[in-house]
Amino acid sequence: MTDSNLVRPEELDGMSHLVSERALRGETMLLNMGPQHPSTHGVLRLLLELDGEIVVNCIPDIGFLHTGIEKTMESKIYNKALVCTDRMDYLNPLGNNLVYSLAVEKLVGLDVPPRAQVLRVLLAELTRIGSHLLWLGTSALDLAAMSVFLYGMREREIILDIFEMISGQRMMTSYIRPGGVWRDVPAEFEAAVRNFLEVMPRRLDEYESLLTHNALFLERTVDIGKICTEECIRWGITGPAIRATGLPYDLRKARPYSGYETYDFDIPTAEGCDVYGRYLVRVQEIRESLKIVRQALDKLPYGPVQSSNRKFVPPPRSEIGVSMESLIHHFKLWTEGYHAPAEGVYVAIESPRGELGFYVEGNGGPKPQRVFYRGPSFANLQIMPILTRKHFVADVVGIIGSIDIVLGDTDR
Amino acid sequence: MGIEQKTGNLGVVTTTLQNVVNWSRTNSMWPMLFGLACCAIEMMGAQASNYDMSRFGMELMRPSPRQSDLMIVAGRVSRKMAPVLRQLYDQMPDPKWVIAMGDCASCSGIFNNYAVVQGVDEIVPVDVYIAGCPPRPEGLIHGIITLHEKVKQENLKKWK
Amino acid sequence: MEVAMDDQLQSAATAMHERFGAEIHRYADDTSLIAAHDRNVELLTALRDEFRFEMLVAVTAVDYWPQVTPRFHVLYILYSMQHNSTLLVRIPLDGNMPHLRTVEGVYPSANWYEREVYDMFGVTFVGHSDLRRILMPKDWQGHPLRKDYPLGYEEVSFTFNYDEIDLRKPLAKE
Repeated sequence: MTDSNLVRPEELDGMSHLVSERALRGETMLLNMGPQHPSTHGVLRLLLELDGEIVVNCIPDIGFLHTGIEKTMESKIYNKALVCTDRMDYLNPLGNNLVYSLAVEKLVGLDVPPRAQVLRVLLAELTRIGSHLLWLGTSALDLAAMSVFLYGMREREIILDIFEMISGQRMMTSYIRPGGVWRDVPAEFEAAVRNFLEVMPRRLDEYESLLTHNALFLERTVDIGKICTEECIRWGITGPAIRATGLPYDLRKARPYSGYETYDFDIPTAEGCDVYGRYLVRVQEIRESLKIVRQALDKLPYGPVQSSNRKFVPPPRSEIGVSMESLIHHFKLWTEGYHAPAEGVYVAIESPRGELGFYVEGNGGPKPQRVFYRGPSFANLQIMPILTRKHFVADVVGIIGSIDIVLGDTDR
Repeated sequence: MGIEQKTGNLGVVTTTLQNVVNWSRTNSMWPMLFGLACCAIEMMGAQASNYDMSRFGMELMRPSPRQSDLMIVAGRVSRKMAPVLRQLYDQMPDPKWVIAMGDCASCSGIFNNYAVVQGVDEIVPVDVYIAGCPPRPEGLIHGIITLHEKVKQENLKKWK
Repeated sequence: MEVAMDDQLQSAATAMHERFGAEIHRYADDTSLIAAHDRNVELLTALRDEFRFEMLVAVTAVDYWPQVTPRFHVLYILYSMQHNSTLLVRIPLDGNMPHLRTVEGVYPSANWYEREVYDMFGVTFVGHSDLRRILMPKDWQGHPLRKDYPLGYEEVSFTFNYDEIDLRKPLAKE
């Protein structure tokens, strides 16, 4: 052994106490994966300790996308802070809007009209499908299946076109707001969603025919990255990762919000606890989401899409011209904002990745005292050392893909 | 000049070395695969079936900085990421160009706070800024074509 | 807005009140316990073992600066899968450099959350296995989510301060 094999502890960015003695002696290899790496699904750094090709330890290092969103939201009034939520988990922007809106509504006691409730569910499910499609594409790409990526992005564009139709933006819509949604959907909305519902099931069969029974794909996913239900609960893992262990835990059923209890859908589970199980759960979830979207579209009631409580929801433009009171409300809401009580509320929804929670605490004034975002990826990423232990280094890529992390969600 | 008249239809074209070099640089400009945040998703969208950047000879994303000519900074750059970004930029061989994709990379957008670098031009020289939060894939393609226009005007002697 | 507390949550809250002197607070349909900082580990252990709050959803903190006693509230969000109920436990902490015992031994998922609270608020968790900064660079000064930490924004560029802002961007080309 030469001296050049020795690892100097100061080279390890303060992580030398986490690697084994063998690594410091140069017997095992320390490999940096990221922060700029094509298949880490964002700017994540993993310090891998390798014995040959086997992963002995995996130390995640996050924070490369820390944006200070919570601090920024605390400096804005409640209505304006909504814009920041889109950029947290950027694959689930409407879900983030939804959970923030639910938290603010709970804090100030605001009602939501039925049409807005159904629209919220519909759009949250479309977002879930979009997120799963992107996940399917990128994680298959990590396992070297290129065509699924191209197909998945093709269908995702249909969803993005629908978002653009309703809000003018493809991704960062800020469409769901406290008290309802921004404005009513245009006349073409229903036809566009029906078209998507028509197209999507066949396309999904197409993806499944490429992957589900593909021997190469099975070889890379079955019995890789296993974790049991008890471990998941101990580590706070939620979402498809816990459902792949056979536990049907889904917040849409456990603690329904926005009227999810009135929809008929199942919670897909799998038995494998592995990467393949998580894949099966997600693909099945797309089908269930399509069911919910169809039901929501069928029962979409007519009526207002925003609460008529003018103390919290700005009046429509048509009213401002004729009513002095509306003008005052508009002015007050967009300059000072509304005041929320000095209380804290916690609300959680089921995002495509798991439990997405918002803790919002008011201080009696127009700006929040504390906004805390509980991202599912943060908890899910924490178990990377357990999932990757004793696997090949090539499987690390597949495991990262299977827990579907979004670094905007982790680092905020 | 006049060689075209003498050779007739033999397929000979005369031009300056500078034009040839710039032309070849624009038509095989390999971007580095450097997604940071939300804009990276739109960058993926630009490469995928609907927008298909390969129509313009700019599809070959290189994961390694040593093989790429163009850095597309797609997303917000945090203070923790900034040294990494600069290191990657330094590893790229000359000639190299930078596109700041999106508001966050151009001027930090809505995140005017402690954690985000207020515009990536604080750490690397930027050639083209693309507005939007995130910009549409068409915006990215337009940005790269704008960069091509710029590269075609470049003076060879100015490169070190 | 008062919603009836379910029995299990009620009994857990009452037991914690009797045993640890925790104050019960209700708002909307959230129940929170406000408990003393010296017995946080015992309280969470009892909640986990006796009342089946098996999942620690998150740990976070709130800063009430300029108020000093208490300046911080550390907040644990617990979930009971068996009874389908959520419980918030708040621990008030005095002073500017507070200490609290880690609950990593009770809930392993507290590891990263406590690191985040340490990074963002400067609350030291005594006995934590790996208390390092998690989101900010390791040489960062200060704790960003404290209320006395400036947001640190760049001012809007006008003609009078254009040159000053431009100086910070030496690499911006024409």
